[in-house]
Amino acid sequence: MLATRSIKKASKVFALDLAIRCMDLTTLEGADTPGKVAALSSKAIRPDPTDDSIPSVAAVCVYPNLVPTALERTRGTGVKVASVATAFPSGQAPLDVKLQEVRDVVAMGAHEVDMVIDRGAFLSGNYAKVYDEIVRVKELCAGKAHLKVILETGELGNYDNVRRASLLAIAGGADFIKTSTGKVTRNSELPVALCMLEVIRDVHEETGRVVGMKIAGGIRQSKQAVQYLVQVYETLGPAWLTPDRYRIGASSLLNDVLMQLRKEKTGRYQNPDYFTVD
Amino acid sequence: MVPAEKHGRTAAVVSKWDYAPAPEAKDIVKIQDRYGLFIGGKFVEPLSKQHYTTIDPAHEEPLAEVAQAGKADVAKAVRAAREAYATTWSKLRPSERAKYLYRIARILQERAREFAVLESRNGGKPIRESRDVDLPLAAAHFFYYAGWADKLEYAFPNRKPRPIGVAGQIIPWNFPMLMLAWKIAPALAAGNTVVLKPAETTPLTALLFCDVLRQAELPPGVVNIVTGDGRTGAEIVAHPDVNKIAFTGSTEVGKAIQRALAGTGKRLTLELGGKAANVVFDDAPLDQAVEGIVNGIYFNQGHVCCAGSRLFVQESIYDAIISKLKRRMSTLRVGDPLDKNTDVGAINSKMQLDKITSLVQSGIDEGAEIYQPPCKLPERGYWFVPTVFTNVAQSYRIAQEEIFGPVLSVLTFRTPDEAVEKANNTPYGLSAGVWTEKGSRILAMAQRLKAGVVWANTYNRFDPTSPFGGYKESGFGREGGLHGLEPYLAFDE
Repeated sequence: MLATRSIKKASKVFALDLAIRCMDLTTLEGADTPGKVAALSSKAIRPDPTDDSIPSVAAVCVYPNLVPTALERTRGTGVKVASVATAFPSGQAPLDVKLQEVRDVVAMGAHEVDMVIDRGAFLSGNYAKVYDEIVRVKELCAGKAHLKVILETGELGNYDNVRRASLLAIAGGADFIKTSTGKVTRNSELPVALCMLEVIRDVHEETGRVVGMKIAGGIRQSKQAVQYLVQVYETLGPAWLTPDRYRIGASSLLNDVLMQLRKEKTGRYQNPDYFTVD
Repeated sequence: MVPAEKHGRTAAVVSKWDYAPAPEAKDIVKIQDRYGLFIGGKFVEPLSKQHYTTIDPAHEEPLAEVAQAGKADVAKAVRAAREAYATTWSKLRPSERAKYLYRIARILQERAREFAVLESRNGGKPIRESRDVDLPLAAAHFFYYAGWADKLEYAFPNRKPRPIGVAGQIIPWNFPMLMLAWKIAPALAAGNTVVLKPAETTPLTALLFCDVLRQAELPPGVVNIVTGDGRTGAEIVAHPDVNKIAFTGSTEVGKAIQRALAGTGKRLTLELGGKAANVVFDDAPLDQAVEGIVNGIYFNQGHVCCAGSRLFVQESIYDAIISKLKRRMSTLRVGDPLDKNTDVGAINSKMQLDKITSLVQSGIDEGAEIYQPPCKLPERGYWFVPTVFTNVAQSYRIAQEEIFGPVLSVLTFRTPDEAVEKANNTPYGLSAGVWTEKGSRILAMAQRLKAGVVWANTYNRFDPTSPFGGYKESGFGREGGLHGLEPYLAFDE
């Protein structure tokens, strides 16, 4: 029951506003440059220069080399800087290399670390290795950076594995569990996200521990974002409708949300040229 | 720069992030003030000269005046069906019969929205269900049996299948269009003609269906629709020129029909009540099972003969299941059947509401623990809050009798043997559900549960290719699939 048509008016504006506040505005390309990241960071702080009421996004998410640029541009604002790490997106590198990468981004001052689990180890049944790696990364982040653990559900094959990987990540110390890297064919999907939310709910009920959720990959339209927000609202309740507990990793989504918000205010859709491309 | 306090706003909005009303438009379907009987391809005034009022149970408002067919009317309908059988339908090439059925199926699809709205208005079921379940399945049944019409020799090789004549069909109020399709599609595909009586409280979609038959240019008299209460049904059962009776409804009436038919040589299939066991083992995915439990009992307000009304939970997961179930129940939206967000609609009739209320009272009196989520019901209309009983003993009435409402009785078990023993310990045997991750256990349970349908890790899933029917007091004969053709055919053997 995620019919979008019945999210209307005030509820819709709230959802769109929330989608921005929970957004990790992301660029993860080989072609990323300081210029590109600087522009993105400005957009993150002030998504719509013509409208004061639009909030900042939660964070910008970049590759390690671009962390300093992002930090510099966002300093003094509420916008956090997240860096991917541990040989993103594949995770196929020696442990030392991965740990060094985490050490570096934390030292640079990244507020959040998005690590990938070692799917190679997971799918060959070596769960201890996966768990151990998360624990080691967590040790490096503890007290300094928030840890988001990417499961890459599109490579896990089934719900059993998604649940198992979610539990491993949470047991290893994840502050957030995250669906995907956005780099494989199957990214975030509603049913898979529900499976992860149910793990978070079970853990919260049994231990009281709060784990956040991040969806990422393929979320380009406001409609999708609203569906995910309704899903988390219906599964975990209003307490999770905050950037401290819920994130949406996306790049092109932001402009679509801005366009929808403008439409709610003016009653008309605007030409895409009225929204900045960064 | 955006000031930090902007991030903290809208907390007030969160607490009421509700669904806005999303009612389906009523004006897509036009309801006449008054309906006659559909006999011989046209609407005629009832010879009984009697009408009664059919209502919208969600608002207790009259919708239309509907004919109460008497003995002479039923006789006229049977005559029309006999004539159509003898002169056209049984003589038609089977591939031509198939064409008519395909045509009906397609028109039903095209006009599905109209039917869904009318179904929800006259019966009280949520539009989400009539739109997504009842109508697509009804059309699917016509498509499926259209395919068999010219392949009967292949379906029953070397048995020389032939039609049996006039079928009298009496259907219930819980799935009016779907039950109509279950009855009419196989009967026509096999070459029979039909006199069908829709339920007293939900005649309108069957009457709208007559318009589909006219649109499809079905020869007059092949399908005749007579409306009325139980007396009309009794006249159909008693009519000497009816070759077969197909009935879906209560066990009590089913028994009366069987008594009436004894010694007449008429064929009979009965699809009656149920008190299905939904068995959840400790290795089941619990959240998924809870969805299945909710779907099993609160689907169509529990007005489902195969509803999973007895929940058997393995004791080791009892607390987890109950707490998940209660939380899930608190998210069920009860209200306007025409709202696209509604999960649970109106109870079909005052009579049914009284029956549910009295059985629930008996549960409380016998000592079961009742839970109902906080829920605001509309002021007018017939409503019942989704209810779950825990602490239920096998001997309580709520564990034995069919409630036919949104009321679940929860019992526990320790071993698979105990689950089977308790699940089968009922006069009924229509359906059952098994929730476990273990394939071998599913197969073992399906073998041992005395139920016509056993669902594994799902519930209330229907398909025209799959036969449906019961054991014991749940009736006999199958509908759906190849098995559903057999009762409408005679064989040389």
